[in-house]
Amino acid sequence: MTHRPVHVAVVDHGAGNLVSVREALEDAGSVVTFARHAPDLAGADALVVPGVGAAAPAMDRLRRQGLVRAIRSWAAEGRPLLGVCLGMQLLMDGSDEDGARTLGLIPGRTVRLAGAPRLPHVGWNQVERTRDDPLFDGILPDEDFYFVHSYAAVPARDAAAVTLATTVHGSRFVSAVATGSVTGVQFHPERSGRTGRRFVANWVGLVRDARRS
Amino acid sequence: MTLRCRVIPCLDVTGGRVVKGTRFVDLVDEGDPAALAERYDREGADEVALLDIGAAPEQRGTLLDVVRRASRRLTVPLTVGGGVRSVSDMRAVLRAGADKVTMNTAAVNDPTLISACARRFGSQAVVVAIDARMRAGRDAGPGPAWEVVVRGGRDATGLDAVGWARSVAELGAGELLVTSIDRDGTRAGYDVALLRAVSQAVNVPVIASGGAAGPADLVSAVRDGGADAVLAASIFHRRLVSIADAKAAMAAAGIPVRPVLDVTVA
Repeated sequence: MTHRPVHVAVVDHGAGNLVSVREALEDAGSVVTFARHAPDLAGADALVVPGVGAAAPAMDRLRRQGLVRAIRSWAAEGRPLLGVCLGMQLLMDGSDEDGARTLGLIPGRTVRLAGAPRLPHVGWNQVERTRDDPLFDGILPDEDFYFVHSYAAVPARDAAAVTLATTVHGSRFVSAVATGSVTGVQFHPERSGRTGRRFVANWVGLVRDARRS
Repeated sequence: MTLRCRVIPCLDVTGGRVVKGTRFVDLVDEGDPAALAERYDREGADEVALLDIGAAPEQRGTLLDVVRRASRRLTVPLTVGGGVRSVSDMRAVLRAGADKVTMNTAAVNDPTLISACARRFGSQAVVVAIDARMRAGRDAGPGPAWEVVVRGGRDATGLDAVGWARSVAELGAGELLVTSIDRDGTRAGYDVALLRAVSQAVNVPVIASGGAAGPADLVSAVRDGGADAVLAASIFHRRLVSIADAKAAMAAAGIPVRPVLDVTVA
């Protein structure tokens, strides 16, 4: 039996900090490469779509880099994909932020957080699980994760089936989703201390298990 | 079930070393920003700020190297400021491992920098630092109570600090780092009236800075000043107050904080 480490391709669409994403994934024992073009995905076991900022510029860059089609086929083939923050919002059909049409891997839209006392929602907040999932193994219900965003995804059909967790800032929003091989989190596990490192390790572990089966 | 109030130790860096508040620290290595950043992470800091107070162009490479080394050792967010004058400066700092970037003098000189950076990287990555000084003659006549100063307090701008706060939030700043220049380094407590005026004027988060002497000041910045986060340098560097002490005092005052996890590593 071989113990080849899990190879994670992290999509680089030109905005934001990729250092911490790479550190967290490497801490979990995976090998990380950055994907700027579709061929860069070759040989990867899993894909991370990170990102901060607005949906439209991110989609423009992904399209120019030939990655929109590549990410859609990746998900269609049932391969593991994790969207973080903006990356989770891009999984939806579209965003109210700037009217962008996004990846459409999970039915729903991204909308501005309603009733928030202050925006952006910046800081540590509770991630309340709506069902048990191995992604949260070893993480206590009261451990906080770090958020920084003003918009959040609203899954449309089968919302209850895809929702893993919710968080309250003014109103309650969906902070984690999973359907098939696709996972999305609104928080930043790579910047959520030891709690976040555990979450990333759980995800990498699931990728490793999926590769074996 | 609510957003926690953040405790943010701040590293003032020049020439690659932490320069403020390190004199009484006996460990030589504590002057290294990456080592200090890691220590605060371990001790329960919710975020770490690294401000390049030299910010001379020739130090640019040094700063990026410090950001890279600090970022790799942090598991919590890193906010970096000092000398960011363009979208491409900000891009370089983010790619070195910063999660947020603060701008101060450059934003006063050219407010469109705020909107350009917010469009490119999102408002959540743009923190505008406002250094404010209470006006001496405020009782004598009309005018703003606090004036914006730049270049480390050396130059007055004539801008009303509260009005400027409102403008930068409209331009796309996602957070404000509000420093009382009168209180900075004095340990006389935060300027709570300034914090209250700014936090009531905007609906983006406000970070309190300048003057913290002890846990009671952190509590008052939040409870009375309406701050969403508290930043301090020397009291943490000199171990006058630990992150855990700070959070215990805040929690006792009914302020929601992220608990400091047991630091024993499995």
